[in-house]
Amino acid sequence: MNDSIVVVLAASAIFYGTPLVFASVGELLAERSGVLNLGVEGMMLIGAVTAFWSVQHLSGPDWVVLLLATLIGGLAALSVSLIHAVLVVGLRANQIVSGLALTIFAGATGLSSYVGNVARLGGQPAKHEFIGLNVFGLQDLPVAGPILFHQNALVYASWALVIVVLAYLYRTRTGLHLRAVGESPETADVMGVNVARYRYAHTLAGGLLAGVGGAYFSLAITPNWIDGMTSGAGWIAIALVIFAFWRPELTLVGAYLFGLFSSLGFVLQARQVHLPPEVFASLPYVMTVVVLVVVSTGWAKQRLGAPAALGTPYVREER
Amino acid sequence: MIRIQRRQATPRWLLFAVPVLSLVAAFIAAAAILLIAGKDPLATYQRIFDRAFFAPGALTSTLVTATPLLLTGLAAAAAFRMRLWNIGGEGQLYLGAIGASGGGIALQHQSAPILIGGMVVGGLVAGAAWAVIPGLLRAYLNTNEIITTLMLNYVAGLLLLYLIFDSQSYWRDLSTFTARQFPQGKVLADAASWPSFDLQFAIVPFGFVLGILAAIALWLVYRSTVFGFQVRVLGDSRAAARYAGIKSRRVIVAMMALSGALAGLGGASEVGDFRHVLDPRGLQQAGLGYAGIVVAALARYNPLAVPVVAILIGGLANAGYSLQGPDFPAGLVGVLQGTILFFALGGELLVRYRITFASRKPAPAAAAGT
Repeated sequence: MNDSIVVVLAASAIFYGTPLVFASVGELLAERSGVLNLGVEGMMLIGAVTAFWSVQHLSGPDWVVLLLATLIGGLAALSVSLIHAVLVVGLRANQIVSGLALTIFAGATGLSSYVGNVARLGGQPAKHEFIGLNVFGLQDLPVAGPILFHQNALVYASWALVIVVLAYLYRTRTGLHLRAVGESPETADVMGVNVARYRYAHTLAGGLLAGVGGAYFSLAITPNWIDGMTSGAGWIAIALVIFAFWRPELTLVGAYLFGLFSSLGFVLQARQVHLPPEVFASLPYVMTVVVLVVVSTGWAKQRLGAPAALGTPYVREER
Repeated sequence: MIRIQRRQATPRWLLFAVPVLSLVAAFIAAAAILLIAGKDPLATYQRIFDRAFFAPGALTSTLVTATPLLLTGLAAAAAFRMRLWNIGGEGQLYLGAIGASGGGIALQHQSAPILIGGMVVGGLVAGAAWAVIPGLLRAYLNTNEIITTLMLNYVAGLLLLYLIFDSQSYWRDLSTFTARQFPQGKVLADAASWPSFDLQFAIVPFGFVLGILAAIALWLVYRSTVFGFQVRVLGDSRAAARYAGIKSRRVIVAMMALSGALAGLGGASEVGDFRHVLDPRGLQQAGLGYAGIVVAALARYNPLAVPVVAILIGGLANAGYSLQGPDFPAGLVGVLQGTILFFALGGELLVRYRITFASRKPAPAAAAGT
């Protein structure tokens, strides 16, 4: 029963969707503060390459190395997101071009590839990787076992993250201030909230989470290093924020939907369904377009929760 | 104390000085990255510039690399000028290559002018058609064009792979046993090779000449046509365009078609000037569409500045390919391009704002809260 295609698909949708949860919750935090960061793809690749470097060079028990590697991946991505933050918050640069520049700088033909090549990371198997846990000894439970109780530690961490971010946004004073900064920085400023500080902090938080999402690629999905291994997941994460109406709980739905599309090819091919591999490979991209079209048309638009100040610099002197 | 004020008018010299200073600053910053990686920055830069511009034949191969960048740069500059964020130059270039090689195969027995003309048209039309999809979605369904154009890049890349590796398509060479075992595209007839012009110090590819003509045409379109005026108004203020009764939907679709056609021409030139075959791997490894965004931003979306910047960035890229190896790892070119862009963006602050250093005055009431 646990081999049935529905169970396998559900379990792998969660498995492949998890990096998107991290990256899109991170982007959501940045966008809630009014900063659009199109550098997610680049930041994820930086996270992937530094986390992979770490597992190859650190020694210790599995869980310590993996925890450290994930943190290092997150912090490395955080530091490149600082460039974007300085440019758009400090220097009021165009957020779209700056984010693109970040992806070119850090991405598949940039710094992440440079680091991977200088450190000769290609072609090595990872010395440590995230594997499915047997939570409460329930992994063999029918249906729920493989889907809920046999995932890796980062999957459970991503669920905790969504709950924490939900509570933060809607149940804390700082969360309220954050939403104010994204909706109306003038009002927030009058309330005594430091707009620039909120924008810096949440752009960096977005970088950290994108890095963790990237680390998931090199430590869990394919435990090795390949140039450009996230293959567009960063861009899908940005689309997911729109799809989720800027609500953290809905990013889970979206991420697992795309996880499903990403895994469909592998699962069906393993079951002797023959179609050109490109058809399956293009599904996540085509579905992103389709979903965006649906979300941005009429009926959904009234519920669309884009922060009103998204993408615009805040200049106190021009208030 | 530093004060930042919006400029009423920008001095002309700043428009040149800022990009040049950005370049210098970027090279200094990238030197720090090289030092951390344990490389000698001066020696690295010397090798890059030698290989890009000064070595025998270097300028010729730089022009080959600069040609698609010139065209994807114009594609991005045209769309970005009206704040239409077409990030799909990469995919539109692939489609242009598909269209041009399709035209080249279909017309292979025709005379050279017809054959080459067919390839140019094929590239223009295929690139424009691919770009019109996100254009229509943006204009009529208000779908974010940044994401859709980007997603279509990946789809276009997969389409390339499909045509050559996983199907018996019109583009694939199936004539011999070896070709069936090791998939590759049909090699075009000799007459389908685009001409080039020898200027003694460098050989200029036909595609580069087309790019220069396109740059001048684009500049004239902005300057003296109704469409160009509408584009400029839309770029400066959506609200003003609405009051002026500009039909923004039509302009958006037309601009996406124009932008896609330019990028498609870049793909056609890759086939006609350089590869003479539809080569999925070769087309995808260079990131020509994304580099076009760097070119456009550095040229401040000015079509006449695009060729100059394209030669510069093309030189960097050309040096990157030819030096690539164990002591010159891949990825350095992207790092340099990204750094240049960061500094150019930071430099925009100087163009748009006046920064003055004044002695600290008694705190005005408004600053009391900080």
